[in-house]
Amino acid sequence: MALVFLILSPLAGALVLAFFGHKKVAPVLNILFSLLTFALSILLAGEVYRSGPRLALDEQIFADGLSSLFLVITGGVAATTSFFSFRYMAIESAHGHLSPERSRLYLALYQVFVLTMIVVLASNNLGLLWVSLEGATLATVLLVGWSRTPSAIKASWKYFILCGVGIAQALFGTILLYFASEKTLGPGGTALLWTHLAMVKSQLEPTVVGLAFVFFVVGYGTKVGLVPLHNWLPDAHAEGPTPISAVLSGLLLNVALYAILRVKVLADGALHSAMPSRLLIGFGLVSILLASISMWKRQDIKRLFAYSSIEHMGISTLAFGIGGPLATFAGLLHMTAHSLVKSAIFFVVGHIVQTSGSQKILSIREVAARTPGLSRALLAGGFAITGLPPFALFASEFLIVSEAAKRAPYTVPFLLLALFVTFGTVLFRILEMNGGGPPLETPVPPTPPLTFFPVWIHLGIALVLGLFFPTLLTSLYQNALLSLGAVHGG
Amino acid sequence: MAPHTHILLNRLVGFLGSALLLSSFAMLSMRRMSSLVRIFALQGLLLTLGTLSVAIVAGEPHLLFSALFTFIFKVLVLPIILFRLLERLRIRGEVEVLLNVPTTMVVGLFVVVFSFALASPISELASTVSRGLIGVGLAALLLSFLMMITRKKAITQVLGFLGMENALFFSAINATYGMPMVVELGVAFDVLVGTFVFGIFFFQIRETFESFDLKHMDNTQTE
Repeated sequence: MALVFLILSPLAGALVLAFFGHKKVAPVLNILFSLLTFALSILLAGEVYRSGPRLALDEQIFADGLSSLFLVITGGVAATTSFFSFRYMAIESAHGHLSPERSRLYLALYQVFVLTMIVVLASNNLGLLWVSLEGATLATVLLVGWSRTPSAIKASWKYFILCGVGIAQALFGTILLYFASEKTLGPGGTALLWTHLAMVKSQLEPTVVGLAFVFFVVGYGTKVGLVPLHNWLPDAHAEGPTPISAVLSGLLLNVALYAILRVKVLADGALHSAMPSRLLIGFGLVSILLASISMWKRQDIKRLFAYSSIEHMGISTLAFGIGGPLATFAGLLHMTAHSLVKSAIFFVVGHIVQTSGSQKILSIREVAARTPGLSRALLAGGFAITGLPPFALFASEFLIVSEAAKRAPYTVPFLLLALFVTFGTVLFRILEMNGGGPPLETPVPPTPPLTFFPVWIHLGIALVLGLFFPTLLTSLYQNALLSLGAVHGG
Repeated sequence: MAPHTHILLNRLVGFLGSALLLSSFAMLSMRRMSSLVRIFALQGLLLTLGTLSVAIVAGEPHLLFSALFTFIFKVLVLPIILFRLLERLRIRGEVEVLLNVPTTMVVGLFVVVFSFALASPISELASTVSRGLIGVGLAALLLSFLMMITRKKAITQVLGFLGMENALFFSAINATYGMPMVVELGVAFDVLVGTFVFGIFFFQIRETFESFDLKHMDNTQTE
């Protein structure tokens, strides 16, 4: 039952906020609905953990180990982001940037965005998955152009067109997959249901499924931000309001990669060749390299971390391409940790940009002198995102590098080079912002209380995941690996 | 059904497919904005007739609904929205191109040959009456894509986008007699919402740049 309510919760939230979003209490309602969604996702994960995969609504929606893991991450990060968004929007409206009407649109779209992501993750029907992933683009496109400056409009137009074209390729992939499966499962509703497809995956026509997989990777890969389809990502992350950057980077990219993972299981079963894995290794490696090189000259702090998102999604994609239980586990852990840490960093960056009034690294010096709390949080986030121990990203990156050395040794030098370059660049930029610059002229008002708790919660969980891995979580991840078929894959 | 009507309808399916491909080329060559929308409506009509004849030849009653739905949506609703947009935004001018029309046409020819080569293994596996037209669907998809990258104004990009959706729908009909109903409805819903979002965008773009030429947007410094 939790499965159906999990979808109803953000739906109800969207409807309520569409009517009452202009009221003073609306941001609190947003937080309440997000917390409800989060609680339901945990409830669902518990059900799946105890009694196996759940199916509902005529088999159209389902949750297994993999989807319940991502549902919890999505619910959790969406909930903490709603807290951050509360502060952020309060400051924006104090600056006079926000009318009640626009606040209503923002809050309603936020809930719609969460709804579409949850439907993607809970959808058993690959056609509906496509529909809601496109829905996620439509929900965020107006949010990216929120500030209505020329550069914001340009960014959201680019986002709309590139993701629209990309996702059209994925629809063609869906048609091809339906074409292949209809021969075994018969025409009608069941031929696109993932649970049915997974049972007959070895009987699917390999040529067609192979072609479909290429279209899927290009299509959904555009949304993951894989190079060379990444062009929209830095603009959208840099120009959108920071809470939206946090959920775009921490959640939407994950959800799109999740879609590729689901299709890869089918392609692996049908093809009996290494083509799907090689394709992912290729895209992953190119993304890691190009993103780390592009970070070198970034002058805009949000753009810097947007490129870092491309890099991390590339690392996860590479891990899934390498395959096998360990690398796949590392890929999932990497996605989890990246969600937590990157959204935490965007929370910090959002406050820094609001207090200093600029996104350019050169004009936001002396963060340490102005707002010591922000500077500490930024430094901790920087350590976590560059993969320093003891954070979870260190564990996952270490596993990925060692598995790469075993299974695809030619990738290791590139991977290491990229990791060193990003490490140097990110930390150099953070230190540059923390110190230096001209002395302060005007004192900065103290940061409001409770600004930092979402940040420290995220970084704290990333720390726990890196230090010791609770047994409960181990079995959760094992269930997820089971859905991906990685346990038997060798 | 008498066999000769069957053959006739089969021919009609083929004819409508070629007409659809021709309409994609027509969209590439049009110079006036309003004729572009008209061609788009015509393409919707061809799509409706194509779906209708496949439905009759193959005896697939659910395709009749798809046909009706396509007619309402692509021949009536979307063109009306687009015409109203053109009127309210007072867009009359000519399509501006990055690559001149004859060159685009030649590139388009190669695109068609390429698509037929790519689609031939799929066509061999298909068991539908209109399997020969899968290549047409892919060609129309890539031609719309070509239109999106060679045209400069925002509204032409939208028409390319909608043309892509037409082509995908056409491929689905020819390869598998359409997708499951729930998916088709979902896709149509997305396209409708997308069109509204595009509409909102046009007003924002005009307010901000005072022009629909994307070069003003490209000149905006982002970093």
